[in-house]
Amino acid sequence: MASLGLSGKRENSISIEEDENMKIAVCIKQVPDTTDVKINPETNTLIREGVASITNPFDEYAVEEALRIKEKHGGEVHVISMGPPQAVEVLKNALAVGADKVYLISDRAFAGADTLATAYALAKTIQTIGGADLVICGKQAIDGDTAQVGPGVATRLGIPQLTYVSKVREIDWEKRRIVVERLLENGREVVESSLPALMTVVKDINEPRHPSLLGIKRVAKAQIPTLTAKDIGADENRIGLKGSPTWVVRVFSPEARGAGGEILKGDLTEVVPLLAQKLMDTKFIK
Amino acid sequence: MARLIVDPDTCTGCEACIPSCPFGSLSMKDGIAVADERCNFCSACVEVCPVGAITVEKEGKAAPVDTAAYKNVWAFIEHEREKVSNVSFELLGEARKLANALGSQVCGMLFGDRKDVDHFAQEAIAHGADRVYVLESPLLKQYRTDPYARAAVDLIRKYKPEIVLFGATTQGRDFAGTVATTLEVGLTADCTGLEIDPETKYLKQTRPAFGGNIMATILDYPHYRPQMSTVRSKVFAMPPRDDSRKGEIVRETLQMTAEEVRTKILDFIKGTETVNLADAEIIVSGGRGVGNAENFKVIRELAGVLGAAVGASRAAVDSGWIPYEHQVGQTGRTVRPKIYIACGISGAVQHQAGMKTSDVIVAINKDPDAPIFKIAAYGIVADLFAAVPKLSQEFHKHLGR
Repeated sequence: MASLGLSGKRENSISIEEDENMKIAVCIKQVPDTTDVKINPETNTLIREGVASITNPFDEYAVEEALRIKEKHGGEVHVISMGPPQAVEVLKNALAVGADKVYLISDRAFAGADTLATAYALAKTIQTIGGADLVICGKQAIDGDTAQVGPGVATRLGIPQLTYVSKVREIDWEKRRIVVERLLENGREVVESSLPALMTVVKDINEPRHPSLLGIKRVAKAQIPTLTAKDIGADENRIGLKGSPTWVVRVFSPEARGAGGEILKGDLTEVVPLLAQKLMDTKFIK
Repeated sequence: MARLIVDPDTCTGCEACIPSCPFGSLSMKDGIAVADERCNFCSACVEVCPVGAITVEKEGKAAPVDTAAYKNVWAFIEHEREKVSNVSFELLGEARKLANALGSQVCGMLFGDRKDVDHFAQEAIAHGADRVYVLESPLLKQYRTDPYARAAVDLIRKYKPEIVLFGATTQGRDFAGTVATTLEVGLTADCTGLEIDPETKYLKQTRPAFGGNIMATILDYPHYRPQMSTVRSKVFAMPPRDDSRKGEIVRETLQMTAEEVRTKILDFIKGTETVNLADAEIIVSGGRGVGNAENFKVIRELAGVLGAAVGASRAAVDSGWIPYEHQVGQTGRTVRPKIYIACGISGAVQHQAGMKTSDVIVAINKDPDAPIFKIAAYGIVADLFAAVPKLSQEFHKHLGR
């Protein structure tokens, strides 16, 4: 039982006779492993050769939390990813750790999507697979670092959002209720929400499991269902570059920092006072 | 659909475009550049191509909105625990520069309950707001997505600002994403530079991406207004406070009932540290070299003397020496203090992604080859347990505390 329209209204009120499982949808993204991105100092351009692609680290916590909720409270875990055909790899990883179903959303028409268009496509996909009782996303992706897609998906689905979740305290499928802790700048906020809802998770929430060898073997040849723009019933004016209000006009390397700072050499009894004086001179210490 | 076109007659096969692609989408085929499906039409290669062989064809959008109907630069006045966040004042300072370039006014957008709003509105005016739009309701006492988003969407639809700025705080990011999606307009996260294009008068938004390895300048198509951005604290300078400034207060009412708010705040558990990382002017961080939880007292002592916040690398957090709230880096917090003192931190790229825009970086590490020294303004190659306590003593002397 998981039907949810863009309006956020469930088509039927919940009834316990229904044997269909509660559904947890997880949105994940394949990202370049930015540790490998370097700048060529001569041409001042990015060196991308041999850059590995990985599951966005925050999304691994999202998948793990979905699996833990399923194990403790029941439900099915459906993982979706929007990206080029190569993104099946991150979905295979999700299958290998125990996701029940995975879907790749891939279509040239999605290319150039900014966060608004991406959130639209993800929300349409969640609707297409029959809605969800809980949607989980990582707090942000490490390539774009926007943290905007989670709230965007929640808004498009018309469901409440719980961002920066560091702990799920309670979840009750029947009473349609969830209580979480949100990690804010200066503490943790305990919030209750109705379900369906969307939450974005931070690293502190769990320790993701690794796939077993058997799991990896099992999914090696798995056929990953691919959904196109047409399959999810997307409005062509709301996807890809066409559905994106923002437009990257220039990409450039950040100004190099004053290369090779000053290494203070000598006995600590000399260099430590020197460092302290240099820092006092910045006037930043009050 | 948009297309990237390489003119085969012009392309010389020089491969200059290949490393310029942030998405790794370009390769050579039969001596001519081709883009695969990872192409995001960002146009980085267009600029790099020495012979102008690459063009990006973008299809027409729906009719532009009447951009002339959108006026003034707004800043969201965020408050937490009964205090206006400093980032809101910094936004007002930046909004003033943008408004001057546009010949328009600076406005604040403020939501709260009766006890706070008048006082907060005066503070916004003292920091540069010409007008403050105020919504007052018990539902708005503390930030929650539903009532705040409703308030902002209604105000923006009614008064049509040209630009809206939000702090890139947990609150601002939670909120701005919802508002932008509801209005179906653009939102550019974590801008480090904002500028009005002198010709078009559009807002040029510059932000880091790929963990700070590249910078991107972003525009909003004129089919979408307002233009909206989030900005981290301390990116822009705090404007001077002038309590004699006069400004207008415009009051509106919240069109929402308590039943429509779908979340409820049950409790707030205050963090253990007195200074939080996001607001800190100075951060002292410890890494693997600290060795255990007990030894963090050396880091805390220096932080205490300097009035600094305590940070940590992923290695220290994953070892269980210090809670996750302190983690700086790609999977922790991104910080931007005036001074960042890294003690026993090697400075992996993931850590750098969270702190390398700090004004002055200091590295104390016994490994002279640690990557942290490459981005540090000052470095000391030494055991942190020898150097850091001495540094604390020095500042004791300087500061008399």
